[in-house]
Amino acid sequence: MRKLTAFLAGLIFGLGLLLAGMANPAKVLGFLDLAGNWDPSLALVMVGAIAVAIVPLNWARRQQQSLLGAPMRLPVSSKLDRRLIVGSLVFGIGWGIAGICPGPAVAITLTGHWQSLVFMLAMLTGFWGYGVLQSRRAD
Amino acid sequence: MTIDWLNFTPWTALAGGVLIGLAASLFVLANGRIAGISGLLGSLLEAGAEGRGEKALFLAGLLLAPLVWGLFTVLPMIEFQSGAPGLVCAGLLVGLGTRYGSGCTSGHGVCGLARMSRRSVVATGAFMASGFATVFVIRHLLEA
Repeated sequence: MRKLTAFLAGLIFGLGLLLAGMANPAKVLGFLDLAGNWDPSLALVMVGAIAVAIVPLNWARRQQQSLLGAPMRLPVSSKLDRRLIVGSLVFGIGWGIAGICPGPAVAITLTGHWQSLVFMLAMLTGFWGYGVLQSRRAD
Repeated sequence: MTIDWLNFTPWTALAGGVLIGLAASLFVLANGRIAGISGLLGSLLEAGAEGRGEKALFLAGLLLAPLVWGLFTVLPMIEFQSGAPGLVCAGLLVGLGTRYGSGCTSGHGVCGLARMSRRSVVATGAFMASGFATVFVIRHLLEA
């Protein structure tokens, strides 16, 4: 059952990205272009998503188990460290260059655009590079 | 600043957001997990990560979404504005940055803000600010 809900959640997430326009890099860049001809649509994507998710996520925070008996795996840290801030700033630069973040990157992988494959390969290389740097630090 | 009324799509944006919120709610209520794409995908690349099956199935759903969409209607427009070098730089920065910062637009921007996490408020502020700044530099300084 949890396998089915995981798949459905991913599918609904992807359909939402497509409907919202988040899967269109040009639209994302139109949102990020505050000084130009600004398209505020994507702010409403966040408003809609948060409005729906706020009650379930805050309920989940107080539970030990999910409705299907899985352990609740929510982040517990509240530390504001340099990694969080520098990492997010770096992510934003990449987001601003191409207008693609990880969710849409996955959702447009199979749409037949070479650009989405190039971006996906580079992003996976970034993930892999992070893993390599982490294991070096641990040694 | 001027508002781009021509491209402003409030209703599909809100409706898409509602679907994203429903998906994130389903994933946490049923599977006990945060629908954060960089975390799910990044951890699949790590040896010995837990919950690989569920993470892979979530990502499979996300990957197949355009094909399911295509069964019913034509796909929405997907228009890229960068060439290969830009895409490679952007992908590397997004990959590294989201892993260092422990999240992206979904994990911090939607799930984190919805559960009122202090870390996610700061992270979302940071990546929005640098996203705005980057587009400003590219469009209004470099290309101007």
